[in-house]
Amino acid sequence: MAKVVLTLGDDVSTDDIYPGRFMATVLPSETPQYAFADHTAFNARLKAGQIPPGSVMVAGQNFGCGSSREQAASTLQGHELVVVARSFARIFLQNAINLGLKVVVAPGVEAAEGDELEVAAAAVVNHTSGKTFAVTPLPRARQAIIDAGGLIAYTRRRLMKEEPHL
Amino acid sequence: MGMTVVQKILARAAGRASVEVGDVVEPAVDLAMSHENAALVINQFFEVYKGAGLEPRVWDPSRIAIIFDHRVPAESSKTANNQKKVREFVAQQGIAKFRDIRGDEGGICHQVLPESGWVRPGRVVVGTDSHTTTHGALGAFGFGIGATEMASVWALGVALNVEVPATIQVLVNGRLAGFVSPKDLVLHLIGRLTAQGANFKAIEYHGDTIRLMSTSGRLVLCNMAVEAGATSGIVPADSETLRYLREETGVRDEIEVVAPDPDAVYGQVVEIDASSLEPQVACPHAVDNVKPVAAVAGTRIDQVVIGSCTNGRLEDLAVAARILRGKKVARGVRVLVFPASWRVYRDAMNGGHLAALSDAGALIMNPGCGCCLGVHQGALGDGEVALSSTNRNFKGRMGNPKAEVYLCSPAVAAASAVTGVITDPRTLLNHQDTKTPRLAVVVTWW
Repeated sequence: MAKVVLTLGDDVSTDDIYPGRFMATVLPSETPQYAFADHTAFNARLKAGQIPPGSVMVAGQNFGCGSSREQAASTLQGHELVVVARSFARIFLQNAINLGLKVVVAPGVEAAEGDELEVAAAAVVNHTSGKTFAVTPLPRARQAIIDAGGLIAYTRRRLMKEEPHL
Repeated sequence: MGMTVVQKILARAAGRASVEVGDVVEPAVDLAMSHENAALVINQFFEVYKGAGLEPRVWDPSRIAIIFDHRVPAESSKTANNQKKVREFVAQQGIAKFRDIRGDEGGICHQVLPESGWVRPGRVVVGTDSHTTTHGALGAFGFGIGATEMASVWALGVALNVEVPATIQVLVNGRLAGFVSPKDLVLHLIGRLTAQGANFKAIEYHGDTIRLMSTSGRLVLCNMAVEAGATSGIVPADSETLRYLREETGVRDEIEVVAPDPDAVYGQVVEIDASSLEPQVACPHAVDNVKPVAAVAGTRIDQVVIGSCTNGRLEDLAVAARILRGKKVARGVRVLVFPASWRVYRDAMNGGHLAALSDAGALIMNPGCGCCLGVHQGALGDGEVALSSTNRNFKGRMGNPKAEVYLCSPAVAAASAVTGVITDPRTLLNHQDTKTPRLAVVVTWW
């Protein structure tokens, strides 16, 4: 069970998640400070350590649209957030999976800030509202990378010929 | 079953006779492009090799391109150090397609790649930039990836686990009216498809309007395909593609033209009558919030941006110069011009376009992306409004979440620079005093 710490609408762009003016910062160890920098209250709570790891963000459709900047995934991953969205933009989804950020596609999800959510493989249960939302499995091509522990590990195994082609 | 262009390219790159939508393939990569974010790719590349017991060597240094464009010259010591790290890697690995910060070559990656003849029909181009869709204008399959995925490409030479996308056929017929450009066409399309309408899909452009359009215009259409979420935008290669590659880039070797099968299966068909289009504007804070210019005409503006990877080519600067020649930028308005490359800069200088823009009061900047994404030059103040020929207007995009960005064609941008309010270039005369010579030039894109 985890608390919903932020709810967002459709078409949240990577400029919103990680504003361009911080893009000179690239290393995953340094990006978390700028997560949702223009959502000043939320960013302050993150930086103050008031958002426990595993907390959930709930978004609408096309989360992570726009720029391919990987900082948008690493900045959320650094806080160990879980992103549940009705759908994700392609490049963001791939970056998230490559880096190990937990992303869940639940096309009908509804939640408010403060709700208690249980995020499982088949469904997202909102224990506050009592509603259950089906989860769309990630594409097979993406799941293989998650199973390997991320794209760096997956690529290393492929280089060493330990990972078979899909 | 027939294949679309993207299916054909992916089948060949994956060494298969055919592929179907949803198949997972590992296409061999022909060109792998990064810009300053190569600094992060390098970091992830070395991570891949940690504990692997292998020497970190890129798979093929001749197929990697690194173009400095996002923050040139460096705006901070942090960026300067990232650029330094990239230079060292380039030298160490022998990467030849590298464009440093110089005035005689280079510029914005999405212009440098095509104009250098590095993008060819039927090839697979990946880039750590979402606007890598641009390269579909030459009949290539170009798509954006993240830095870690690029590190994987550098190591293996293939893009891992690519799903063959469904294709939306966009069929455009009819002649664009004067001062209506490919930018207006693609803004209209994005408004119709929405920001997610092509997510996980490819857009293939067809029709007489496309057939008669210059490569410069096709680059605009493919550049902005990603604003509808598309994996890739593509114009199947034709005689114009061959003309561009032979005449404008000097390619001499064989060029293979890949066309879709006549019975290719499209997931969706969108038809557009180009002749009925008016100049379009994407309003804050979404690229799919598109309206005819008349709906927002009169909106006061503080800054005009002409240029970028979307609209910084010679045709774009030429139309802006024609509109601004002999006129003055309205007081209180800042006009920034970013040519797409140093070759474009030089051509625009030799053609007198830059002088006309400068005489009118515009600032001629060096080619670069910084202003568009708010990382370098041209940031907006609180409550300010920009009108820009770039490709994104998300909140905060030009460096300030308390500002607004409208997107338009170079013609709308230039006309509005004169009046200080968003202006339909076809009505510019109405805003001029009677002594101003009549605006006689009508630009067409055919």
